[in-house]
Amino acid sequence: MESTSFIERILRGAALSLIVIFFLFPIFWILLMSFQTNEEILRIPPSLFFTPTLSNYAALITGKLATVSGTLDIAFMKNLWNSVLLSTASVAIALALGVPAAYAFARFKFRLGEDIAFTLLSFRFAPPLLVLLPLSLYFQALGLTDTYVGLIWVYQLIALPLILWIVRGYFEDISPDIEHAYRVAGHSWGRTFLRIAIPLARPGIAAAGLLAFIFCWNNFVFALILASADKQPVTVGALAFVTASGIQYGQIAAAIVLSVTPTLALALYAQRYLVEGLSLGAVKG
Amino acid sequence: MTAAAVKSHEAAPRRRKANLLPYFLSLPALLVCVGILIPFVTAIYYSLLRFRLNLPMLKGFIWFQNYIDFLTDATFWHTVRVSLLYTALTVGVELVFGLTIALLLQKPSRVNNVISVLLLLPLMTAPAIAALMWKLMTNPNFGVLSYFVQLLGVSNFKWASDPNTALFTVVLVDVWVYTPFIMILLLAGLRSLPQQPFEAAALDGVPRRFVFFRITLPMLMPYMVTAALFRLLDSIQQFDIIYPMTQGGPGDTLLVFQVRSYLEFYQYTNVGKSAALLIILWAITYALSNVFIKQWLRLRERARGLA
Repeated sequence: MESTSFIERILRGAALSLIVIFFLFPIFWILLMSFQTNEEILRIPPSLFFTPTLSNYAALITGKLATVSGTLDIAFMKNLWNSVLLSTASVAIALALGVPAAYAFARFKFRLGEDIAFTLLSFRFAPPLLVLLPLSLYFQALGLTDTYVGLIWVYQLIALPLILWIVRGYFEDISPDIEHAYRVAGHSWGRTFLRIAIPLARPGIAAAGLLAFIFCWNNFVFALILASADKQPVTVGALAFVTASGIQYGQIAAAIVLSVTPTLALALYAQRYLVEGLSLGAVKG
Repeated sequence: MTAAAVKSHEAAPRRRKANLLPYFLSLPALLVCVGILIPFVTAIYYSLLRFRLNLPMLKGFIWFQNYIDFLTDATFWHTVRVSLLYTALTVGVELVFGLTIALLLQKPSRVNNVISVLLLLPLMTAPAIAALMWKLMTNPNFGVLSYFVQLLGVSNFKWASDPNTALFTVVLVDVWVYTPFIMILLLAGLRSLPQQPFEAAALDGVPRRFVFFRITLPMLMPYMVTAALFRLLDSIQQFDIIYPMTQGGPGDTLLVFQVRSYLEFYQYTNVGKSAALLIILWAITYALSNVFIKQWLRLRERARGLA
């Protein structure tokens, strides 16, 4: 490709610039909006020049929203906390359950093994509402509606298959010889698993855990159906907030920024793991 | 148990142990998911019922009546059509767009790597939140995109609130969120292709277009099929973007499968009909995912063979 001409380089640069603008402009613009007052947002034409204000964030953090008809109590910080709690707990449980199972699928050829693996995988592809709507009726009967336990359980549908398949691929790529040697030296399989297998598969476990966390955080439909305002994560909370606050566009933008910051920060911080997880999850399994 | 004891017993119980251990390891994961399998069976049962939450006394077994009703129901066929159209448009556009970007970024350079990382950001944004972002940007009063469109001389472009442009708008948001996914997969594919065919072609002075259509594209095909099927399965079940953005509206314009069954359940409290809709959607995705899993396994074999 040394023969690339000058014109071609220009075209390539222009195309890439347009692509970067298309994908980053929305994030950039919402970020700007979150530092503007409503008057500044409603200006026509829209302008890049304004005096930044933190009042939108202050309103969200204190939970007091000044509207025309008086102050409105908002619980957006609670939504943010719910997201942290639900995603962290779900991924922790999914790792505890999924890593041993992934190890079993990778190391042992056992009857039902592939069947179980595929059943778990097929959850990834079932329409979520198919399970959620009947589940909402069951949860009412069991008293699990609107509880963290119920939500974390259902979140396993997102986290568990993902962890299982990515980590399994990792274990399969590691030669079992080291484990055999350790076993022959007289150690139990449990020690072998903890001391040898898990450390070797750590990059895969990290990638899977990270991806699972982001998918849990970004989930919308589970909590929309199974949680009321008190337990909702930011994805559902932000939508409710839009409905409740009406025309407080600056605060809506600030709420959006707060909702996406954790996943975007994680993505940038651990992008190498992330790309590996995404392509492994899709290509290698 | 001490190490010595394990060792002395190694010969005899080893077989049995090796057989039970994998079940022991994978059972907890399975049990957690089985609880979720029960509602799935329930959904099948519900789909055979006349079951309205607001009219409990009418509840009764009606076999396949819910499904038969769909055959003559124009709104059902509208749902099928919109869902398929949405799927075809999003997957088609994302595949072409994603491939273009992957080809532009193929050469590993500093700038290209930075761009490919930045393009991850839309993919990491929750689709429901992305829908809200675009809703703010397309607001008729102050939306920056509404303003740009006006600058271009198009007046009265109402984005998601006009039946004529609503589909375009939600497809645009879907493209914004998910094109990077296809891009990442194809970029990984492109960079892992063996170099000999390209070197040979360069040596022989084969025209670039020929190289692309005869070498790059066929070798990349398994990756493209995998990426497309992944998106296909997600796209036909679309809910996260359409519901926050338009609730399926305006009117019935964007009532895709999952949005329609959600409204059927909560607005019209018709559990039977809602379940039947979802079973049909599940049948479609099941057929697609079988094709998908076969393709995927073939690709995994290949990836392993090369590694």
